[in-house]
Amino acid sequence: MERLRSLLRPVTSVPLARHVLVALIALVVAMAVIGSSSQYLQTRYAEMAYFAIAAGGLTLLTGLSGQLSLGHGALMAVGAYAATLVLERAGGETLADVFLALLTAIAVCAVVGVVVGVPAARLHGPYIAGATLTLAVAVPRLANQWEALGGEQGLQVPVPRASELPAWIQDLIWFFTAVEIDQYSFLAYLGWLLLAITFVALANLSRSRVGRRWRAVRDDDVSAELAGIHLGRARVVAFTVSAMCAGLAGGLMAMNVRLTAPGAFTITLSLTLLAAVVLGGLGSLTGALIGAGVLAFLPHFATDLGESLGFSATQAAEVTPVVYGLVLMLVILLAPAGIVGSLRPLLARISSRTSSLGATKEKTP
Amino acid sequence: MRTTARRAVQAVCVLTTASLLAACGAGKERPSEDGTAVGVTDTTIKVGAHFPLTGPAAPGYSEIPSGHQAFYEYVNDAGGVHGRKIEMVVKDDAYNPTNTSAVTNDMILQDEIFAMVAGLGTPTHRAVVQRLNDDGIPDLFVSSGSLQWGDDPKKSPMTFGWQPDYEIEGKIIGKYVKENMPDAKVGLFLQDDDFGEDGEKGARQFLDSQIVDVQKYTPGGSTDFSPQMSSFKSKGVDLVLGFNTPSYTALSQIAAQGVGFKSKWFYSNVGSDPALVGGLLASMTKGKIPAEQGVKLMDGMMTTEYIPGVDAPEDEWVKLWQKVWDNYSKKGDEKLTNYRIYGMSQAYTFVQALQANGKDLTRESIVETLEKEGGSFEGPGLAPFRFSEDSHMGISGTSVVEIKNGASEPLTPVQVTDIGDAPIEEDDSAASDAPPSSGIPE
Repeated sequence: MERLRSLLRPVTSVPLARHVLVALIALVVAMAVIGSSSQYLQTRYAEMAYFAIAAGGLTLLTGLSGQLSLGHGALMAVGAYAATLVLERAGGETLADVFLALLTAIAVCAVVGVVVGVPAARLHGPYIAGATLTLAVAVPRLANQWEALGGEQGLQVPVPRASELPAWIQDLIWFFTAVEIDQYSFLAYLGWLLLAITFVALANLSRSRVGRRWRAVRDDDVSAELAGIHLGRARVVAFTVSAMCAGLAGGLMAMNVRLTAPGAFTITLSLTLLAAVVLGGLGSLTGALIGAGVLAFLPHFATDLGESLGFSATQAAEVTPVVYGLVLMLVILLAPAGIVGSLRPLLARISSRTSSLGATKEKTP
Repeated sequence: MRTTARRAVQAVCVLTTASLLAACGAGKERPSEDGTAVGVTDTTIKVGAHFPLTGPAAPGYSEIPSGHQAFYEYVNDAGGVHGRKIEMVVKDDAYNPTNTSAVTNDMILQDEIFAMVAGLGTPTHRAVVQRLNDDGIPDLFVSSGSLQWGDDPKKSPMTFGWQPDYEIEGKIIGKYVKENMPDAKVGLFLQDDDFGEDGEKGARQFLDSQIVDVQKYTPGGSTDFSPQMSSFKSKGVDLVLGFNTPSYTALSQIAAQGVGFKSKWFYSNVGSDPALVGGLLASMTKGKIPAEQGVKLMDGMMTTEYIPGVDAPEDEWVKLWQKVWDNYSKKGDEKLTNYRIYGMSQAYTFVQALQANGKDLTRESIVETLEKEGGSFEGPGLAPFRFSEDSHMGISGTSVVEIKNGASEPLTPVQVTDIGDAPIEEDDSAASDAPPSSGIPE
């Protein structure tokens, strides 16, 4: 055990290596869970994955850099439309098309992120919220202006069929899960793979000099500037990184929903994302993941609950937002720092107790 | 430091790897699909549909599934179809195509429905047609008159329309206007999607030279139509043809009153239910226009009709619907409405198809049955279905009616036609079909 630990020390002490290790383990567990789930649950997991990517980007922006964005739904729309247009042109049947589409979504959103981020960097608090709110209201409506964007009916999204995936992927998935890969599990695996990559990148950024700068800017912009940090640049970088996450999430969402239409990207989506971030705990990637899980599962759970209580379909549909609102209010009241934020002191207490135990042990050889 | 925590992590790693390895190597055999139809057992058939139960399109449309459910209960209590009871899952999509995609996903994967029956709306259902056809799930009797459900059975082999499509409705309206109001200056008020587009296509076959203005709206967008109505007014429009949903009939009436625009109105069947629009006018103006007066506002309006409605209580079909509704409505105090009749009429056609199919029910067999026999189904429709191997289009004709005191008075006999340049002919033959005495198709 001692030797194992010394072997692992370079891994656990270097943040990048540690993040990669944790992500790998989480990914393997996620893959196993997805593989053994029903198709219905797989679609929920896929939904959770893209919400988590968007929420991760948002929690970084709002939690670390201190910029409140109400416009992430619009950025997801940009990503979704970019990915859809590429998939449409390319045919969308091979894995290469999928990655091309997602990379395009990220690139387009990076550009939009810079364009929006530059003026937004001059704004503070409620003003930046207002500016991004405009984005959330205006951008999805652009689809009604151009025929190529499909208007209110939206664009259908071609998705690769499982039988057209490269054979090695089919065999690999078969080997690990003993279940034939199909469209639903493919999207879930893809979502969680990209989620793991995104979170490693974000966790690393947050631990790095860039992340420390963001915290400095958030906590006290005057001292940060005195310390030589370029405020505007730090904020624009944060906004762009966050926009890229939203773009990736939007592209994945398009493939999962199989339709890209303005109705998907209402102001509600932006607010829900923010709610997920707050619910989970602002600034924490784990919190973003938990918030995304709540987003993906709670509405369905509430509808099912309503139906099992004997409500009519209409009443069950109406009860869903009520349950959602109640949960949100309860979390805010009982755990004002979010789920992770409130659990953290508890975890710290437990781990400090165990580590003091460990410390005494280590003294005796 | 933190030895316990670290040890726990190590243990988890080892266990995960071990269990993964144990789970691997499942062999080379991969299971193949077996032949039983999803959603069908010896005693049940499960179907599903998406409807706007909430949101701006909900008034009226949310009543359609209650009609379906009442009729299925009625059939189930009489022993079901070939010993199977019909169960219907209803999901709310709020008339938002993205939601439609999500709830359809749930119905396919979670509820495991045998078929989609009567999913509602042009933009909404369009979002899921491809998916349903890819997965080979019957998509029967879409509650919308868009052409795309039936004009290309090769592209969408599992999808069938039910009501007259908007193109033939536009044609019949266009011909009536051309013959009876040749000097009218026509303004089109269209939902900005295939619904409006198909209706415009039909109407333009006859009215191209009479149309002076076209105004569109987006469902879920602005609810103030003063600019559109002002435009009609300034172009001298004296007859508005509306291809819109009921809420937008009410909204257009409110806006027309607001800008002092007077005209004759001709709404497509979809948006013309007098009782519903009257109620909407009352609630939207917060009672400034009381419901009775709202119904009166509809006086003189023209529309089309393809199934008998509540205003004809002596009709044999309506008597049957009334009987079913009185006995099987979930909430006793709610009245029979035209939307519930619409739902029951669709449910009747579905039961008819199941009966014709026989005991051996699969997803393919129901499609085959409809293609072979659907064209000769007798039902509440005033005109026959056009179902065949080459067409999955629904009811083939309508009559033109005028609304007086909340009831419709026929202006023409039933007119039957098809899409494209098929001629319009008078044909009352299907209008005299009467329901079987049991009320259940044989």
